[in-house]
Amino acid sequence: MAQIRIENVRKDFGAFNAVKSSTFTIEDGEFFMLLGPSGCGKTTTLRMMAGLELPTSGEIYIDGEEVGMKPASQRDIAFVFQMFALYPHMNVGKNISYPLRSQGMPKAAVKKKVDEIAEILGITDILNKPVGGLSGGDRQRVALGRAIVRDPKAFFMDEPLGALDAEFREHMSEELRALHDRMNATTVYVTHDQLEAMQMGDKIVVMNHGVVEQFGVPQDIYDWPATKFVAQFIGSPPMNFLDFQGMIGKGGTEVQLNDIALNVPQSIDGANGAMSFGIRPEHVRLDDSAAYRGRVKATEYLGTTQIVTLETANGDIKARVASSDKVNVGDQTGLTFDPRTITLFDADTGAALRSQANEGVLIHG
Amino acid sequence: MSFSVTEPTKGTKWFAGILVIGYACITLVPLLWIIATGFKSPADSIAYPPVVVFEPTLEGYVNLFTERTRATPDMLEAAGEPDTWYDAIVQERGTVISGPSRYGERFLNSVIIGFGSTFLCMVLGTMAAYAFSRFKVPLKDDLLFFILSTRMMPPIAVAIPIFLMFRNLGLNDTHLGMILLYTAVNLSLSVWLLKGFIDEIPIEYEEAALIDGYTRFQAFYKVVLPQAATGIASTAIFCLIFAWNEYAFAVLLTSGTAQTAPPFIPTIIGTSGKDWPAVAAGATIFLVPVMVFTILLRKHLLRGITFGAVRK
Repeated sequence: MAQIRIENVRKDFGAFNAVKSSTFTIEDGEFFMLLGPSGCGKTTTLRMMAGLELPTSGEIYIDGEEVGMKPASQRDIAFVFQMFALYPHMNVGKNISYPLRSQGMPKAAVKKKVDEIAEILGITDILNKPVGGLSGGDRQRVALGRAIVRDPKAFFMDEPLGALDAEFREHMSEELRALHDRMNATTVYVTHDQLEAMQMGDKIVVMNHGVVEQFGVPQDIYDWPATKFVAQFIGSPPMNFLDFQGMIGKGGTEVQLNDIALNVPQSIDGANGAMSFGIRPEHVRLDDSAAYRGRVKATEYLGTTQIVTLETANGDIKARVASSDKVNVGDQTGLTFDPRTITLFDADTGAALRSQANEGVLIHG
Repeated sequence: MSFSVTEPTKGTKWFAGILVIGYACITLVPLLWIIATGFKSPADSIAYPPVVVFEPTLEGYVNLFTERTRATPDMLEAAGEPDTWYDAIVQERGTVISGPSRYGERFLNSVIIGFGSTFLCMVLGTMAAYAFSRFKVPLKDDLLFFILSTRMMPPIAVAIPIFLMFRNLGLNDTHLGMILLYTAVNLSLSVWLLKGFIDEIPIEYEEAALIDGYTRFQAFYKVVLPQAATGIASTAIFCLIFAWNEYAFAVLLTSGTAQTAPPFIPTIIGTSGKDWPAVAAGATIFLVPVMVFTILLRKHLLRGITFGAVRK
């Protein structure tokens, strides 16, 4: 098992810059998520770590050893592909044992190991079947089996649940996480599904346009997004932004939105000009007596909660409130915001302004 | 009866069946005629109106494989009772066997040159197609077009330059020369066909093998090749059929040691009158290897020619 360090890694495909100078560290035994929309460079980053692409510049360390230019076969890692990539001309057992046979392991030892892995994954009864007729879940298990059979330094998974039905995905993600906890292997997992990332990951890197936007534990990333992109990408519905012109002094604790003072966490640097007031829907309360006003545009019923869309002077905002609250479209109402949860963003750069609350969490790539 | 979008109606099935059987008859009748002629006596073979029911004889096959000389009654007397069944057949015609014919050698030449060039073509074609499919080759599109362009003129158009080139290189009438020539002609077809097949194989299979600790060549050999088997088989059939049936170059470039069967078969006519049964026998035997090869690989061929038509 290993620590993996990425330093200033860059990848160009011709004129297209897929990854711009990424830097982050994956600790030994971590379940690490590379999260971002399609085309953000997360898969390219993973493939560089695996040796399927060569970085244009920068270094990749696995266990302290620089491997950037080493072929995949010498990195001692395992890769689970989105479409599984089971060898179609071999049966399940052969697929799982294939990495062992490349090392020239004796037959008896191979068989013992394969049986052991099949036991862990619960696929003993299909070992002699061809892979063609397997269900999605079984294919996934075989692909995992092929990955873990070798006890590699790290597992790389490229959207391994992407090809499965939604219903089954839930189940497999639990299985995956349980498998990781049992083996305690460093795992790097690429996904575009923020829920999957939050559910399974010990740590998340959020990427966009080839840039690492934020890097940290899921809770920190959710609560204290480093950029507007992260705030929008994570959370459903995403974080609200109220755009305003204003200023906040060094050590200031309030901003003026349309002459209404709203409390925010204590600012460290202060700022002046166009800003966005970021707040998650669950931290917005409807309170008729509050000074900040909005008009209900729509409601969405979600069972125990409902999402209320309100029109305000600074743009639309969504609030997550209890379903039992009576809200009618067209109502005028007051809004309060939990001041401990607010992040201010620079409207031009999209970067979060440092405050007492988010300081120490904002780790950029 | 309910209407179905995918299932053809009974009438349609009958119509399709009649079409297929009709087409099969048109293509098979000449073939069956050739096979039948091989077993006819010379008189039956040129009888008019043509005979369909006849007494089969192996005379054509005996004549095909032997050289005979006309014998005087004295010589026949001296030869006495025929030793074997084929001696009996030729003596009935007032001839004796003077030795084996060259058909066997020519047939063997065809086998060596046809299968040799097909094999070489598949080895080179698979590797070239793999490279074109997987690697960043500078000027890839231009190169592919250039390779295809070698097929844009009839091969015989370059016959004279090739003849001169072969003469200077000492390749005239050699097995190696013919193998190289047929390989060169077939290579463009095989590269193009195989590239299509290899493009269809997801690259993840090789990447999985690379990560599982195999080298690029091992991945190619153990993962790509088995999956390209269908494409390789159908391409091999096309290459073999061309090399096997090629006539023009064979006439031009071979005369003795490396002569293949196609230019030899017509010469049978001249050896002792118009011996149609022997010609037909030669053609029949000549058909067998390609037919066997095709039947052996037909499962792949059927899958192969429709391969890639639909996304799986």
